[in-house]
Amino acid sequence: MNPNPETQNPGPEATGLATLKIIGVGTAGVSLLETFAGGDFAGAQRVAVNTDALALAASTAPVKIHLESRLLRGLGTGGDAERGRALAEEQYATLKAACTGAGVILIVAGLGGGAGSGVAPVLARAARETGALVLAFVSLPFVCEGNRRQDQARQSLELIRAEADGVVCLPNQKAFKLIDENTSIVDTFRITGGLLTEAVRGVWNLMTRPGLIQIHLADLCALLRDKNSEGVFAFVEASGPTRSKEVVEKLLAHPLLDEGRALAESDAVLVSLMAGCDLSMAEVNRVMEQISRQCERAQVIMGAAVDETLQHRLTVTVIAARHHRAEAPPADTAAPRGARGPGRAPHSGGFLQQREQQVRQHTPGGRRKPDAKFRQQDLPLATLSKGRFEKSEPTFHKGEDLDVPTYFRRGVPLN
Amino acid sequence: MFDHSNVIVGLEIGTSKVCAAVGELNAEGALTIVGLGQAPTTGVRKGEIVDSAQAEECVRHAIVEAEKMANVEIRSVYLGVSGAHIRGFNNRGTHRLQAADREPPGRRVANEDASDVATGREVKPEDVEDVVKNAKAINLPMENSILHAVRQDFFLDGQDGITNPVGMLGALLEVDVHVVHGVTNRLHNPVRLVKGLHLEVDEIVFNGLAASLALLTNEQKELGALVIDLGGGTTDYVVYANGIVTHTGVLAIGGDHVSNDLGHGLKVSLSRAEKLKREHGSALVDETAKGRVIPLPSDLGLPVRNVNLDHLQRIMSLRLEEIFQIIAQDLEAQDLVHHLRAGVFICGGGARIPHIAELAGSVFRLPVCIGQTNSISGLKSALNQPEFFTAIGLAKYASLKNRKRPANRFPPVLPVLKDMLYRYLPLF
Repeated sequence: MNPNPETQNPGPEATGLATLKIIGVGTAGVSLLETFAGGDFAGAQRVAVNTDALALAASTAPVKIHLESRLLRGLGTGGDAERGRALAEEQYATLKAACTGAGVILIVAGLGGGAGSGVAPVLARAARETGALVLAFVSLPFVCEGNRRQDQARQSLELIRAEADGVVCLPNQKAFKLIDENTSIVDTFRITGGLLTEAVRGVWNLMTRPGLIQIHLADLCALLRDKNSEGVFAFVEASGPTRSKEVVEKLLAHPLLDEGRALAESDAVLVSLMAGCDLSMAEVNRVMEQISRQCERAQVIMGAAVDETLQHRLTVTVIAARHHRAEAPPADTAAPRGARGPGRAPHSGGFLQQREQQVRQHTPGGRRKPDAKFRQQDLPLATLSKGRFEKSEPTFHKGEDLDVPTYFRRGVPLN
Repeated sequence: MFDHSNVIVGLEIGTSKVCAAVGELNAEGALTIVGLGQAPTTGVRKGEIVDSAQAEECVRHAIVEAEKMANVEIRSVYLGVSGAHIRGFNNRGTHRLQAADREPPGRRVANEDASDVATGREVKPEDVEDVVKNAKAINLPMENSILHAVRQDFFLDGQDGITNPVGMLGALLEVDVHVVHGVTNRLHNPVRLVKGLHLEVDEIVFNGLAASLALLTNEQKELGALVIDLGGGTTDYVVYANGIVTHTGVLAIGGDHVSNDLGHGLKVSLSRAEKLKREHGSALVDETAKGRVIPLPSDLGLPVRNVNLDHLQRIMSLRLEEIFQIIAQDLEAQDLVHHLRAGVFICGGGARIPHIAELAGSVFRLPVCIGQTNSISGLKSALNQPEFFTAIGLAKYASLKNRKRPANRFPPVLPVLKDMLYRYLPLF
């Protein structure tokens, strides 16, 4: 448990480029962390957090935090998220110390197990309290991994959503469309891991590459946060003279975007294009035009950057967020999150000040913002059967589910 | 029995009923409706098949009925399709006319750098085909395919409003097309079903387009009109401006939703809701309905209950108003509203709802009327029923097609989806 070497850092905004930390949580997170060693990510500090000493030992991360207590007898959490959470609360101070000094903290975790699901939400809270922007990249387990893991993952996702600035979530199940019958289980996990890596890389590139049309990180956070959102992402690349057309085709066929439907349903879309020096405005325009056409009601934020190492390839990273429609959020998380969400205007010039204000509200002892308690929660009773359209493809128009009776949506009383 | 080549059949597999219209072409190519078969549908939701076995049975009933009535044997049909996946948009294609001899087709793409473009030459029919082909080369999602590419106006060297450029001189030929596209597999499902009944499918046609053909006269198309087909599962709409199709849309909301809302709001079963809708429904809340109640006969030994007529009408009115509002917003976004000088035409089962035209009029602020098929002759009993207009329109579409290309053409069905319409399209 090394204390962080950079605790003295005056703060990310002051130094220009934000200090970035990537924290891998749980066995999946820690092993993913390995892919961030060196290369593009040389500027990032890596921190591994796990309850399982064995998995942690294999990690090359410079900072390792082993959450341990006598209770576990060195056996890890045994897949119990409650244990993971209790452990993390116990060592809250350690986690917070590890987060100190970073401007941006990316949390990478595979949800479903004990450490990932249990620790990640607590870590996200600790990270936020240090004043950093917190983005979580998490994967949900395959359906075949069983109910318990699914439930744990879902609960944990709700908690993380409540704590972190933004969540990008990869349901592993969707990756089934990327693999075929003969893909081995090792390869499958490599692929799903690779997808998460690409998402992190996309965000990393956004921050570090000199952008022709730059996306401020604040845009990204505003996108992922103000929507109380569930982000989906996709990363595609193509080369050759028709590359702009190809990337759009690949995007629209991308299984993680539900073959493009996710774009249509999203409320905000962030598109980042990267290519070599030969990136032309016409290409950018072509890609953006097609994407905008797909997501008519979304707010589209775009960025373009040149990376000479890409040579003739064009890569596009899309992060789409939509209003999160939780069926029955756990009572203790729904309220505080909502309070930060809809009331505030999305990102504006005063973002950093807003941010500071939030941090200030966070730090003095109180764990959540004081205005959180004013938010009235939705009663779960409001969910309504859609009658004969229960099982048919829903019809959405500007975010409204038109299968629900109009009088009901408009709240016209019948008495 | 009629000569087979003169008999054309339009088949619509709707959410609430299947309707087959049998038409006969006379020597001049004018259409007369001679038979009509219909059957209530099961297994269709929101305009798309969800249970093909059930739907197939319904189609069989309708076809048999139509055959009996018209005294013909039906071998092939023009099939209407709908569904939320169908979209329309406008696209422009360009084609440079090479001054000298035409180059082989493969090189035509390189024409843009031709130095002597300004000289131009006479437009040939092949150029028209090429430019329309270019206009159709659009970026669709991979699983989608083009259903219609309706030719709009040509531009020759920027000159607007040319309807037939063949024989004119120019250097740059452009054309606007209205492309209607949908998800290939979902378009194919009804085709497969019909083929399972050993019927050929001549072509598949977007329902909204078919309905507009049945309803509108050329003059109305020229003035600009909006056709709304208020069906059971979907509401299809088509906009004509200056004589050409400029916008199409499908909203997967229809009469089923009205019934479902009533079932929910009045707490009655769906079949009861459907019956209440037909007997007491209204698109506007009637002032005199306040306080009136409709007694429901008790079934299954339940106590006799009353439903409030006021509530019934209010639920219906809100839903229908919303449908029109969504369409109106769409048209406003496309800046089409002031092009609709002929007004709004409503057809489909929804046209039977009392006061529907008044409601639509208040939303669109345009003259609204229930559509009529004035340009087609035949069975009066079929021609004045708004719910049959799509099937009749399909037959009309077929008649326009056959008039252009007599006798020989019964192409294989699959290319129909891919590469259908552009050469036949001066019709619209």
